[in-house]
Amino acid sequence: MSTTYDAYGTEEATEGTVFNVSGQDWDEVVRGAQDSEDDRLVVNMGPQHPSTHGVLRLILTLDGETVDEARVGLGYLHTGIEKNMEYRTWTQGTTFCTRMDYLAPIFNEMSYCLAVEKLLGITDDIPERAQVIRVLMAEVNRISSHLVAVASFGLELGATTVMTNGFLEREYALDIFEMVAGLRMNMAYVRPGGVAQDLPPGAIDKIGDFVKRERYRLGQMRKLLDANPVYLARTKNIAYLDLAACMALGVTGPMLRATGLPWDLRKSQPYSGYETYDFEVATQDTCDVYGRYLVRMDEMFESLKIIEQCLDRLSSGSARSGPVMIQDKKIGWPAQLALGPDGMGNSPDHIAHIMGQSMEALIHHFKLVTEGFRVPAGQVYAAVESPRGELGCHLVSDGSTRPYRAHFRDPSFTNLQAIPAAVEGGMVADVIAAVASIDPVMGGVDR
Amino acid sequence: MSSQHPEERAGQVPAQREEPPIVRHGMFGARTSGDTSGFGRLVVRQSPKVGAERPYGGPRTTGAVGEFDEIADQLERAYPDFGEAVERVVIDRGELTFVVRRDHLLGVVTALRDDPKLRFEMCLGVSGVHYPTETGTELHAVYPFLSITHNRRVRIEVTCPDADPHIPSIVSIYPTDDWHERETYDFFGIIFDGHPALTRIMMPDDWLGHPQRKDYPLGGIPVEYRGAKVPPPDERRSYA
Repeated sequence: MSTTYDAYGTEEATEGTVFNVSGQDWDEVVRGAQDSEDDRLVVNMGPQHPSTHGVLRLILTLDGETVDEARVGLGYLHTGIEKNMEYRTWTQGTTFCTRMDYLAPIFNEMSYCLAVEKLLGITDDIPERAQVIRVLMAEVNRISSHLVAVASFGLELGATTVMTNGFLEREYALDIFEMVAGLRMNMAYVRPGGVAQDLPPGAIDKIGDFVKRERYRLGQMRKLLDANPVYLARTKNIAYLDLAACMALGVTGPMLRATGLPWDLRKSQPYSGYETYDFEVATQDTCDVYGRYLVRMDEMFESLKIIEQCLDRLSSGSARSGPVMIQDKKIGWPAQLALGPDGMGNSPDHIAHIMGQSMEALIHHFKLVTEGFRVPAGQVYAAVESPRGELGCHLVSDGSTRPYRAHFRDPSFTNLQAIPAAVEGGMVADVIAAVASIDPVMGGVDR
Repeated sequence: MSSQHPEERAGQVPAQREEPPIVRHGMFGARTSGDTSGFGRLVVRQSPKVGAERPYGGPRTTGAVGEFDEIADQLERAYPDFGEAVERVVIDRGELTFVVRRDHLLGVVTALRDDPKLRFEMCLGVSGVHYPTETGTELHAVYPFLSITHNRRVRIEVTCPDADPHIPSIVSIYPTDDWHERETYDFFGIIFDGHPALTRIMMPDDWLGHPQRKDYPLGGIPVEYRGAKVPPPDERRSYA
């Protein structure tokens, strides 16, 4: 017998009987539960369970159908993104942080880039066209993220049609990302100083079509759900969390707005020019799952409004033309990207310039790409309103070409803490609805 | 009395920390091989610790009395031991930071939350930073606070030595910091005294070490690409 502790070895439970529920043994579980003198049953929901949004583990203590105690186990998707970023240049950092909350890559990149720009003191020097493109991409991303939230909402409550429709519409948003950034997810499109590249020809029309389509299709989805009696029964007055609880637990985003507080960083602490757009902050005052759903739905329509304003500015307004990367040659990424027949890559013109025409341009390119730019020492905190709430980035620089420390305050991580407060004392079936209404993305939670 | 501003107590300023004046030699931080860049004799000196003077200004203003002065004045009224508690005030890039001694952390954050003119309802977690060269204050815990009532932000920074990595937990005041403190404990080994259940949250329970400390290696293996060996990221040439 081994004397060393093996965390993954089989161990005898210290109390009660353990059922593994590995299949074909349900009768045994039922018999065991009936014979047991203890009324309470501890159930592991997850980490592999389709309704837990990735690898979330809930440890539920059940008394019959009632949840006595809910605990949350995390860390199954920890990938060390923050630590990894300390070994890459400031520009390479976007490639890492975009993978955190994989449903909202643009927001991860934006919070990071806003923090880098604040450290560099170039917040006001970002070209207008880059700002508008950032807002445009962020709002398309908000729609695609909320669509997944609503789609999985439906799926988890048994409405497959909602799921297929939601994911179908999301594909149209991802098509836009693919056209603009070259990738459907994890785009690393927002870079310190601007965005990776300008919009390709035809993008404005395509996004315009997207707005028209979604306005109609989102309306259809609302008809499917808003007054659906089954849906209302599963969501109304479920997972109640009021304003005081949200404040104490640090909950932000649609959950906070469903308590009636119109707190949206785009309005209250505008960044990237959000103060110049005309939109409303969606709120509800029901504090329940249904209210959070309505907030998300309303937000998508507000996002469509913002996208239209962006398109106006990009096609005929003040941001019709101009650079999309800061004009400071010591910071702006030297390479111009272009979409070739084999995907995204360096533009042939740029390669011809540095390889054939200008030795200095080659040196400049080489230094900036391998070594990176230096960022003055200090620390900043920059926050954006992600689809799930306040996404903050705490960055520390020691004056070198790499972040000394990067930390992300991911809203999913903080909001998940509200699970026990929202589900304890309720029915076990409502746990699913509660988790869905928090809409956690485990990539962001565990980072 | 102790209700003075740190900069007014010139004589009582905490013993100036002895910091290594030189951050690095050379251009590329190469240690194992010769530096062929021509910058081998370059000496880069460490920037001194910054501390702001009155008036603090505001997020967009400097040199005049502004929002930051209001916050500092109000905190001083709400927490009489302000002068004792706040080691330094840092205004940098439009952000206000109070470097607070750990014994006073609970009092300061209670005042931040409860005083109607401060009312920082939300704590946005805690982020650890490890500075192995700062002897005596190797570990920092950084708390961003947000006031929805006044639409302001402030940051509290607390330090502790590596030899005694204890900081009081603020979970009793801001329950939202429960998981954030566990995360910072997990990654940096800062022990938050008074936390209801300070266990690891991301790493497995039986993990040894605290991965985001600077003395913890990133790890990785060399990767072969077209006949060349690419070393793991933490062994590549550093331009830091």
